[in-house]
Amino acid sequence: MKRLIYLLPLVLFLVLAAYFAVSLRPNHDIHELPSAMIEKPAPSFDLAGLGETRPFALSTLKGHPFIINFFASWCVPCRIEHPLLMRLAEQDHLPLYGIDYKDRPEDGTRLLATFGDPYRQVGMDRDGRVGLDFGVYGVPETYVVDSTGVIRRRFVGPLTAETVDKDILPLLKQLDQS
Amino acid sequence: MKAALLTALILVAPLTAHAVEPNERLANPALEARARNISGELRCLVCQNESIDESGADLAHDIRILLRERLTAGDTDAQAIQAVVNRYGAFVLLKPPVEPATYVLWYGPPALVLVGLAGTFLWLRRRQPVPADTAPLTAEETSRLDRLMRENDA
Repeated sequence: MKRLIYLLPLVLFLVLAAYFAVSLRPNHDIHELPSAMIEKPAPSFDLAGLGETRPFALSTLKGHPFIINFFASWCVPCRIEHPLLMRLAEQDHLPLYGIDYKDRPEDGTRLLATFGDPYRQVGMDRDGRVGLDFGVYGVPETYVVDSTGVIRRRFVGPLTAETVDKDILPLLKQLDQS
Repeated sequence: MKAALLTALILVAPLTAHAVEPNERLANPALEARARNISGELRCLVCQNESIDESGADLAHDIRILLRERLTAGDTDAQAIQAVVNRYGAFVLLKPPVEPATYVLWYGPPALVLVGLAGTFLWLRRRQPVPADTAPLTAEETSRLDRLMRENDA
């Protein structure tokens, strides 16, 4: 009985090892924050469209699940995920909408003219107010919203092919059926 | 003299460093004081270790503006803080609330101290105390001791 105390270091080691295994697992960013907006209705917005496009309001989107992507022309990681967004729009035909965050319209327009426009509609969030309402703390961020207008998932940072295939596509499929 | 004054100024400067920009300030000093007070307690999500009062990040600026708007609209301090928590979660509070998810954080350290104290107490109690009054030597032991001492002298 008394010898059990000699197992204490081993137990402590196992606890620490388990903790590190969880928090240092691959593809896990310890600085990434969970969103407070999950399972809450997406905050309403009514934005001017980018360039010549029509205005972009949340109220026009209700009734089907969709994806909102916050991006900006000054945002380097956004360029990393851009080809993937193009694939999502062209190959997978996902309802992808964009919000140009704290950007000048001419810069946003030039970005989409140069690299392609994956979005069905783009709104200009010049002062970042809509971003603030969504809880955006750095672009790019991507939100999956269901047909009742409730935010289901938030992805911080550039999307990867893995997240898209493992998380976004199955989730949208499930949301489409329900 | 000039050097001393300059040194004093340099020493004091960091104490007064805040990122609140002049155009953010509210005209009403009471509201501004409340806003400053609250923003000292809110974490900047970009720097994560600075309050939004100290941070120069764009997002901190946006949240400072939001706070001031809410206060001007008549929110209480708690309501204004809640408006930020609703968007960014309890993580923005530099002083986390006491709730089931933070019990380990709040009660863990005192619990560890208690465990340590209890362990120390048990260990001290289990130690065999040195008998205070040892029995005097028997006659036989005394003579043996004497013999040994004599051998040593010789």
